[in-house]
Amino acid sequence: MIRLEKRPEPSRGFAWAAPILAVIATFFFGGLLFAFLGKDPVQSIVTIFWQPLFGEFAFYYRPQLLIKGAPLVLIAIGLSLGFKAGIWNIGAEGQYIMGALFGAGVGLAFYPAQSAMVFPLMVLAGAFGGWVWAMIPAVLKVKFGTNEILVSLMLVYVAEQFLASMSLGLMKNPEGFGFPGSRNLQQYASAHNAEIVADTGMHWGVVAAIIAVIFAYVLLARHRLGFAIRVTGDAPRAARFSGVNPSRLILFCLGTSGMLAGLAGLFEVSGPSGVVSIDFNVGYGFTAIIVAFLGRLHPVGILLAGLLMALTYIGGDIAQSQMGLPAAAIQVFQGMLLFFLLAFDLFTNFRLRLGRVEVA
Amino acid sequence: MTALLSLSGLTKAYPGVIANDDVSLDIAAGEVHALLGENGAGKSTLVKMIYGLVMPDTGSMAMNGAPYAPAEPRAARAAGVGMVFQHFSLFDALSVAENIALGMEHAPKMRELSRRIREVSDTYGLPLSPDRIVGDLSAGERQRVEIIRCLLQDPKLLIMDEPTSVLTPQEVEILFQTLRKLSAEGTAILYISHKLEEIRSLCDSATILRLGRVVGTCVPRETTARDMAEMMVGKVLATPTRATSQLGDVVLSLNGLSLPSPHAFGMPLRDIHVTLRAGEVLGIGGVAGNGQDELLAALSGEMTAGPGMIALKGEDIGRLGPTARRVRGLLSAPEERLGHAAAPDMSLTENAMLTGAAREGLERRGMLDWAAARSFAKRIIAEFDVRTPGPGNAARSLSGGNLQKFVIGREVLQRPDVLVVNQPTWGVDASAAAAIRQALLDLATGGAAVIAISQDLDELMEISDRFAALNEGRLSDPRPAQGLSVEEIGLMMGGAHGMEVAHV
Amino acid sequence: MDLSVINPVLLIAALMSAATPILLAATGELVAERAGVLNLGVEGMMIVGAICGFAVAVESGSPALGFVAAAAGGALLSLLFAFLTQVTLANQVASGLALTLFGLGLSALLGQGYVGVKPPSMPDVNFGALADIPILGRILFSHDPVLYFGLALVAAVWALLKFTRAGLILRAVGENHDAAHALGLKVVRIRVLAILFGGACAGLGGAYISLIRVPQWTEGMTAGVGWIALALVVFASWKPWRVLLGAYLFGGITQLQLNLQGAGVAIPVEYLAMSPYLVTILVLVILSADKSRAPASLGRIFHASS
Repeated sequence: MIRLEKRPEPSRGFAWAAPILAVIATFFFGGLLFAFLGKDPVQSIVTIFWQPLFGEFAFYYRPQLLIKGAPLVLIAIGLSLGFKAGIWNIGAEGQYIMGALFGAGVGLAFYPAQSAMVFPLMVLAGAFGGWVWAMIPAVLKVKFGTNEILVSLMLVYVAEQFLASMSLGLMKNPEGFGFPGSRNLQQYASAHNAEIVADTGMHWGVVAAIIAVIFAYVLLARHRLGFAIRVTGDAPRAARFSGVNPSRLILFCLGTSGMLAGLAGLFEVSGPSGVVSIDFNVGYGFTAIIVAFLGRLHPVGILLAGLLMALTYIGGDIAQSQMGLPAAAIQVFQGMLLFFLLAFDLFTNFRLRLGRVEVA
Repeated sequence: MTALLSLSGLTKAYPGVIANDDVSLDIAAGEVHALLGENGAGKSTLVKMIYGLVMPDTGSMAMNGAPYAPAEPRAARAAGVGMVFQHFSLFDALSVAENIALGMEHAPKMRELSRRIREVSDTYGLPLSPDRIVGDLSAGERQRVEIIRCLLQDPKLLIMDEPTSVLTPQEVEILFQTLRKLSAEGTAILYISHKLEEIRSLCDSATILRLGRVVGTCVPRETTARDMAEMMVGKVLATPTRATSQLGDVVLSLNGLSLPSPHAFGMPLRDIHVTLRAGEVLGIGGVAGNGQDELLAALSGEMTAGPGMIALKGEDIGRLGPTARRVRGLLSAPEERLGHAAAPDMSLTENAMLTGAAREGLERRGMLDWAAARSFAKRIIAEFDVRTPGPGNAARSLSGGNLQKFVIGREVLQRPDVLVVNQPTWGVDASAAAAIRQALLDLATGGAAVIAISQDLDELMEISDRFAALNEGRLSDPRPAQGLSVEEIGLMMGGAHGMEVAHV
Repeated sequence: MDLSVINPVLLIAALMSAATPILLAATGELVAERAGVLNLGVEGMMIVGAICGFAVAVESGSPALGFVAAAAGGALLSLLFAFLTQVTLANQVASGLALTLFGLGLSALLGQGYVGVKPPSMPDVNFGALADIPILGRILFSHDPVLYFGLALVAAVWALLKFTRAGLILRAVGENHDAAHALGLKVVRIRVLAILFGGACAGLGGAYISLIRVPQWTEGMTAGVGWIALALVVFASWKPWRVLLGAYLFGGITQLQLNLQGAGVAIPVEYLAMSPYLVTILVLVILSADKSRAPASLGRIFHASS
């Protein structure tokens, strides 16, 4: 019989090995899935993970890596702060939408004035929009003890309806011949989040994501607040005893993650997407949950995991157009990754022992 | 006469530790047999094997001469073994009858069960209403639930694991009457304890364990407590000493401290008045669950109090949080080591930072100085003889005694003006306990005031200048500890809770 | 706008139908939570149940078989959650989220060939003359069998928890798993069964949407019903009859806003469509003051050695 035995200390080695093992297991079972769908598994994996980086058209796909990776990393960094402390914001998708709406709203309000102040104002508005949306579950949790998981999630659906209302109503392009959707911000220079270096995918959202990674790293490693987050995650009573104010921590974690998700939305709507439309949000807020866990809630890990996830999006698109691999297969593939990670994580705190069953 | 239960050569090893090494003993029907030993001597593992919770690696057991090897508690109960746990295995939100039904193989219908509960509780003088919710019961009443649960199954052997640690002296006497009556009816009792006088008054024979091995047997009534203690500990322990010191000014005063409990089944604090002088040790006794956790939380700052309720050196600190109180010199160490006093998965360095940040200068404008925290952790480890490879190890990897020395050391080394500790030596081996008590006394000698909350009366009598008891969230008037009799202490603790003397 | 097109009798009959998916899923989750397991994967199990039920009903031509398949599909997916949380001791919140994300993807994959297909319809139960009673007949005796099954399920779960030893054991495990273990109860086994039950119920609820309420298959069609079901368990203070009450409340709001949309009320459609989610938040706020009824071991990881 095999039994589990708790390690005296968490294994540092396994904490990093688990995501790698999860990726390997996902390659294997994902390959099986692709084979089951009638696709050549090896070719599928190569198409998804090799072609975007080193294939014939890599010059086109590599910038995409940053464009898709930046919002994932930005959102996941925010989520990881809360997740570490046991504060579960799973409504980043809604905060992402609200950030985009607030930011685009400011931009559209100035149209067609040309000023260097427009874009910075939009950035502030975007951050504020996401922050406000996240403060709803935060304040309700602090004031009434309401479950933040359910409230933040419910607010995603509310935000989606809000987005629909805006793109069909208030923000609809008056010169759009009746088509839904706003003016294209890419064509409004003062509001455009353009590439900083042409053809690299490097836009302001990428800069923000890198700053967020550094900020989170310093916060968690060296600052009192980061320490408070880590202690709360390990032992909430010990944190309270040491002087952490749980309410303030909830406000900070949810507020920060909302702000970063709002920024991600703003950089997306003013850059790669350009328009406020019904199908503006594509699930970055949910995929970022996978990114946060896959990155072990560690800033550097999240950076790597975000790039990996961006790769699956880009490679998935290629596989879809070249091999007819359904888009949903990629979604399953991403879900699998999280499953395997959670399963392998067992070995961080436990080890297997061969021997008799133990009941004590 | 064949023994009711006979153990021979039981051995059980866990990684890194042999919990039981070749343990043999016999228990006859109707015998009250004491299993005596320090914390960590292997008593718990041994009874878990008898109760089917743990399988022995080698060795065998026999019940009435037939082989006995219970694979699970159900089998043990079927064979006539009942067990009253030290930490009650009860369900707070369920009723007494439901709790009892859960522990029975063939529970009768609820109405019939309630009738039988009343019957047994009358017979053995253990009054208990079947319909009450267990979370609302006192510790003594909860123990009765467990005892009745066992008695309903007509056990041939009843295992009692440290049963008196949650009782007032009066309640202990009533329990003993019940146990003597059971023994007279032919039920064997395996009585686990480290309290020598209890064993001398109750038990027919005793087996003494040390480090997992049987180191001796004796007839307790014919053996002195001192001899048993030496067998148990293996060496003569130094009793803590302190230089007599002059009491200083009043440093802490509680004026009508009243607070609701934050937990559903907790105990509110009710109008507590007490003053504490520099250099004084105030011992606070009482049965668990009478407001100990709440008092510590109210003093540590985890719960804030109303204006004027808590004054430290004349300053009203009732509204201040834990960090602000630490800065002003009021430090504390809660009962629960893992998860409250220390974060289990974090290193000792990080745990040193946990409470030491402000007073030890480990933090500058929000930025943490890990090098300084590490040297503070090293200092605690060195000065309090904490056995660990180093400050990088996780708190949960330490043994209970070592972690407790670390927790107490962390607070003592911060030179508190007032230190509040709850259960400072609970579950700690004797040498570590002695070291911790000595550290508390030295602290008081150095001019600090100490509040020691504990359920170990012997400990409190040993270190306290004055003694008070918590009962239902109220604190009795403190009295000088010297010369207090057991009866007086018992009455301060509230006598026998909700219970007339057994009709034996 | 013409509110007179809203017929109160039809509204009540329709709200019972609108409430059934939430009712089924919430009842299943209630059992899991009473055993101490917080499964946030309800949405994922529902959507997988929706497509499994839909596909099997279309292929076999039998809606009844479809519902059986939906229950099996939901349970199978919940087995993944059971494995993660009970065997590999993973965090229940993270595992539940993983289950939902995975379920959404899996259902989209399975449902590729079924977009735009019409499923076989399930006939209503024939109560004969009872259905002709004015008003009551329309409200009580004109529904499909699954709706009645949902009501029976609530009654059965209530009776199980209140009167049986199995129910007592389930509650004990959810209340204090360490004490339950010390008494020799099989904590992990009981929890796995409760999770499977929750998965099967969620699957049924999902299939009720794809086979009866809508009836067709679109990606993500459960649209948060699984999350509302989770909120409902809190609303109900973990009591079966209050789940029924809550489900009808939410069913009523959903149905009413649909009817108002149909009646052409001056409020924009998007704001009406927000209302069930906003009401859920409101109810959570009002009821979250009292958490004392929650099973004490809810969401905690159990390992026998600790």
